[in-house]
Amino acid sequence: MTLRITNARLIDPASGRDAAGDLFIERGRIAALDGDARAARAERTLDAAGLVVAPGLIDLAARLREPGEEYKATLESEMEAAVAGGVTSLACPPDTDPPLDEPGLVDMLRRRARALARARLYPVGALTVKLQGDTLTEMAELAESGCIAFSQANVALQDTQMLWRALQYAGSFGFSVWLRPAEPWLSRGGVAHDGEVATRLGLPGIPIFAETIAIGTILELVRATGTRVHLCRLSSESGVTMVRAAKREGLPVSCDVGVHHLHLCEIDLGYFDAQCRLDPPLRARRDRDALSEGVADGTIDCVCSDHTPVDDDAKHQPFAEAAPGATGLELLLPLMLRWGAMNKRPLAQTLARISSDPARVLGVQSGRIEIGAPGDLVVFDPQAQVRFTPEALKSQGKNTPFLGYELPGRVRATIVAGKVVYERE
Amino acid sequence: MQNNPQLNKNGELQHLLSIDGLPREVIERVLSTADSFVGVTEREVKKVPLLRGKSVFNLFFEPSTRTRTTFEIAAKRLSADVINLNIAVSSQSKGESLLDTVANLSAMQADIFVVRHASSGAPYLIARHVKPHEHVINAGDGRHAHPTQGLLDLYTLRHYKKDFTRLTVAIVGDVLHSRVARSLIHGLTTLGTPEVRVIGPQTLIPEGVEALGVHVYRNMREGLRGCDAVVMLRLQNERMRGALLPSAQEFFKHYGLTADKLALAAPDAIVMHPGPMNRGVEIDSSVADGPHSVILPQVTFGIAVRMAVMSMVAGGSA
Repeated sequence: MTLRITNARLIDPASGRDAAGDLFIERGRIAALDGDARAARAERTLDAAGLVVAPGLIDLAARLREPGEEYKATLESEMEAAVAGGVTSLACPPDTDPPLDEPGLVDMLRRRARALARARLYPVGALTVKLQGDTLTEMAELAESGCIAFSQANVALQDTQMLWRALQYAGSFGFSVWLRPAEPWLSRGGVAHDGEVATRLGLPGIPIFAETIAIGTILELVRATGTRVHLCRLSSESGVTMVRAAKREGLPVSCDVGVHHLHLCEIDLGYFDAQCRLDPPLRARRDRDALSEGVADGTIDCVCSDHTPVDDDAKHQPFAEAAPGATGLELLLPLMLRWGAMNKRPLAQTLARISSDPARVLGVQSGRIEIGAPGDLVVFDPQAQVRFTPEALKSQGKNTPFLGYELPGRVRATIVAGKVVYERE
Repeated sequence: MQNNPQLNKNGELQHLLSIDGLPREVIERVLSTADSFVGVTEREVKKVPLLRGKSVFNLFFEPSTRTRTTFEIAAKRLSADVINLNIAVSSQSKGESLLDTVANLSAMQADIFVVRHASSGAPYLIARHVKPHEHVINAGDGRHAHPTQGLLDLYTLRHYKKDFTRLTVAIVGDVLHSRVARSLIHGLTTLGTPEVRVIGPQTLIPEGVEALGVHVYRNMREGLRGCDAVVMLRLQNERMRGALLPSAQEFFKHYGLTADKLALAAPDAIVMHPGPMNRGVEIDSSVADGPHSVILPQVTFGIAVRMAVMSMVAGGSA
């Protein structure tokens, strides 16, 4: 199968290219650009006049709810949502039921994903058995089955001796460990940022130092072990400051933020809007601004959807009892385009945080437009406004703080390994 | 952001969910309407027909005797039919969701839901899902709000002290977990009270409470100086010993209201308590029963205030 895309505005965030051009894909990889691409003979040609063609999105955190929670979502529904959102690669955290702690589960998941032939799936393996924090998983075996990193998902590891050992062990094989910095005792019982709004609403708070103390612990262990750590879902200004200093020091750390946290803050809780019940919580305006600044200056490497399908029964509850999380795969691109427009960032840089930068964290070749790179692309209209309604979402998770919003960016086609896996007018 | 769900298009009270966000005029209207009902509660025939034919459902997802009873009395004095539902021990324990419970009761033709729930914000969720002719009155939700208690506290203060713009009021004790404190703070600041103090150890004062317009005192004696009213908060049994406090004895010694501490307040200061009291924990008996105490009148005013609120949401103009 060969595919040619013509008349595109071709953006390659890795090289900074943002110029008109053509592209030719053969045997799943980008085989020619511009003049050579125009000359090539293709089985199918896609005219991308007026559209942006960029590397497909790479999302470092999308919960697919399989295995075990198929009533919330299935691989079918969420993979469809991924490609409808222009996401061509995604990493899924191990907090499934059972958790991704043995090779058979990971094999099965990857086989199912391959059979669906939608986005590429990169499972993140459990760092400890059942995520319980007392026994290491067989990380080398899990890596052979396809795990690209190891994590506790949102389940904090309370035992710091265990965390130290886990980092030593993972580091022995050169594996990365992905950690959500949240000190479990300080986070216990909290459902909102410990600040003005939580005080006014009478909601139990999670203080910022629940995040910074955890980051401090993790950074010390990185210094001690040299293991590469990716910090997941920063939520505070102080957290960003600590990571900035750690990077300056040369520690092998990277980090991400959930896309909601670039737009929303505690004020958006309004009158107990459970759509804004997220984990980590939405914090103060200054935290949101610092996260945004961190994404702009590269302290924060990537932005992820933190896609978490939550059914209506679990969401339509009093705030503290509502399940945390929001659907995000289909909103990642529009919310990033909105972020870029609001912060006046060049489109190539905005797209880097959701393609070439996460590719670097994952250690994969996709996320760039160059000869030989995988033919994973998103074709979108950056001007078109899309209204997000439950009916319009492919994901089985219909809950998001942005329901009813119009956001910029309509995905017109998604291409994985040279194959058009999603297309709409 | 959602709109303030308490007021209808004409700015009238549709639901009573929190004092936070209530315009000053609405609060004042509740207080003056309550004035007219204080007379009713003192008559031989203690009934007016304002809610005749209407149904009031007391939905208590959390046990309460006192508040439920005062709502029941208030509704009956307005000639409404009252149905008490102690949901804590019925459908919720069978796994029915909050919204399903409300939908079912709504099908039984309710006019007013009086809701008590352990989770902050639960009455907002209910108010978003009831029919336009149904009204929700928050009878206490988690740590968030207890607006009828706040209004009866305001009524009591106005009764004894007249002018809010000259008052210094201290709220003492477990502010962190107190919906009573939050409601009263919003009411006092809305009515222009220049000095509202909260007094307690740091473990019981919520983060950022200054943003609500109060001054924080750790030392009770300093905080009581010159106060015109002292509002004591109830300390729940389970909080007397643990990570927040070492013991009820030590709490009483430093934050319990005794006659010698009260002597630091203004000579004509009044002492309030939302009840039920823990004598010897937050308040000494000699103060609770002493000449400064207006704790029992608070209960009487509470019925008039709840009549006022119910008649305003469901009875047309009272």
